[in-house]
Amino acid sequence: MCSAATTPSPATAPGPADAPAAATLTPGAAGEWVLAGDWTLGGLGPLAQGLAARPAGAVPAVLDGARLRAFDSVGAWLLQRWLGAGGSPAAELRGWPPRAQGLMAQVQAAPAGPLAQPPRRSGLQRLGRQATAGGRQALGFVAFIGQVAAAAAGVLRHPRRLRGRALLREIEVGGFDALPIIGLTAFLLGVVVAYQGADQLRHYGANVFVVELVGYAMLREFAPLIGAIIIAGRSGSAYAAQIGTMVVTEEIDAMRTIGIDPLERLVLPKALALVVALPLLTVFADLAGVFGGMVMARSQLGIGFTEFADRFGRVMQGSALLLGIGKSAVFALIIVTVGCFQGLRTAGGADSVGRQTTLSVVQSIFLVIVADALFSVAFNLLGL
Amino acid sequence: MAETTAPEPDPGVPVIELHGIVTRFGAHTVHDGLDLVVRQGEILGLAGGSGSGKSVLLREMIGLQRPSAGRIRLFGQDIATLDAAQARALRARWGVMFQRGGLFSDLTVRDNVGLPLREHGGLDGALIDAIAEWKLALTGLPPDAGLKRPGELSGGMLKRAALARAIAMDPALLFLDEPTSGLDPASSAGVDALILRTQALFGPTVVVVTHDLDLLWQVSDRVAVLGEGRVLALDTMDALSHHPHPTVQAYFTDRRQVRRPAA
Repeated sequence: MCSAATTPSPATAPGPADAPAAATLTPGAAGEWVLAGDWTLGGLGPLAQGLAARPAGAVPAVLDGARLRAFDSVGAWLLQRWLGAGGSPAAELRGWPPRAQGLMAQVQAAPAGPLAQPPRRSGLQRLGRQATAGGRQALGFVAFIGQVAAAAAGVLRHPRRLRGRALLREIEVGGFDALPIIGLTAFLLGVVVAYQGADQLRHYGANVFVVELVGYAMLREFAPLIGAIIIAGRSGSAYAAQIGTMVVTEEIDAMRTIGIDPLERLVLPKALALVVALPLLTVFADLAGVFGGMVMARSQLGIGFTEFADRFGRVMQGSALLLGIGKSAVFALIIVTVGCFQGLRTAGGADSVGRQTTLSVVQSIFLVIVADALFSVAFNLLGL
Repeated sequence: MAETTAPEPDPGVPVIELHGIVTRFGAHTVHDGLDLVVRQGEILGLAGGSGSGKSVLLREMIGLQRPSAGRIRLFGQDIATLDAAQARALRARWGVMFQRGGLFSDLTVRDNVGLPLREHGGLDGALIDAIAEWKLALTGLPPDAGLKRPGELSGGMLKRAALARAIAMDPALLFLDEPTSGLDPASSAGVDALILRTQALFGPTVVVVTHDLDLLWQVSDRVAVLGEGRVLALDTMDALSHHPHPTVQAYFTDRRQVRRPAA
């Protein structure tokens, strides 16, 4: 028996409403048990811990509730659990306030037994499920690419169906508005590349090669890659969030019922806009990055702006610029497709939008880097 | 929660007192010196056209928003002057059912209902789960609904789950914001019955904001009609349907065919 049950019950005179009297359960004569105090969430405190088990022999015949000060569902459930611990005897409720008695009756009538928990899955099962889900998603992505291509083919036949205004707006939001952040990032990257190279080059007295270092690093790799990563975080996430919200608010369904293809109206303008904007942003990033390198070259290696620009014009091959721009067009397609695909996969409520947005950024950055690696291998094989 | 076994509710005791409430959003005045007293144990309907400030008033009563001027007393305490401990104690005595449920989407429905008990008491998890399941059953949800996420429930089930969470603590004061909005007539009749059952079982004072005249006829003891920044009329539905004020009349008379059944 728990200690709380055997302590003498305190005075039952009602105290102030916000100072609950401790609930007690005291055995009386001949199977009579006396409930007193506040049998509520606030008043049960210590009793709730100790009242788990009723001794099997102590079968209560009468529960005296005349000294109950308050009784709520928590009290009812605790009492019910105590009663039920050794069988479920039907005790007489004596002197209970009517509402408390009604509550107790409701609880006693409640079906017992906890809900069946869903079976726990083993690690192998979870792995299998994840693999299947991943495979399905990959298949869905391939199908989505096909659908977008089909929509694009339809628009190619009827170019008027593409909204020029929407396209320009997407270019402004996805491209023009990103100029400052891309410019600044690329400039800093140029500074870093030149700074890291400067020490080594000075070592060999090969200061002027900083031009090639900065030029090729920026034009071939860093400018397209950093542009794509920033745009994936900035615009790819926005695409997923916008389309995901439209799914939640049933706007996508509404479009379909009106007879507008959401892929044509939402995805194609974004794809076209970013395929135009990201290469342009890459050129801008090239300029900013090389300028960052020039600033560093002048301060660390004593190579002036004119000398840098002069050598840049002589040694750099135009293919470096074109390769970077070409890559960025592919990156743009990856970002748009992944962003829109994840947005359209939104199901359920608002929390799903956030999840899909995060997924779109993670996946598009990952795929952009994978594509970049593949480009490096391909260019190497082709001798570019 | 001490009210559960308090002697039958004393209608003379005010649970909510609003004095001279003024609410302004910029130049727009929503409430202009509004007074309202809610008596213990009654079900008070808050009605009024769109934009009459029903929901704003509800948000002010539950402390989510401060009126520009005026005093709000709950259980005799001015809610503007409560310290943190008093505010916490007050929040344990009321339950709020939000219009769109306000259920936490990353918890199961049962955990949603059990959350107030976990936050305010030192009970073990098994007991909390049992109480939460019972509250869900009281609101008429099938047993398997407890393990679902709120997103998987239909509109009517969501309302029931939201009500189950609102009554998780056996509140002395229950606020319901549009409990029947977006429900079909059958489900909304179910919610009417549910509110009445809840009131019979736990005896809370209920404030219900609604556009639903059916609901007002079924459950309310008195109805306050808001308009022109104040309470235009405060009376039983029967009296309000004969009220002389034109706005009140417009609100009630054209749909007066909806009558409370004889029972």
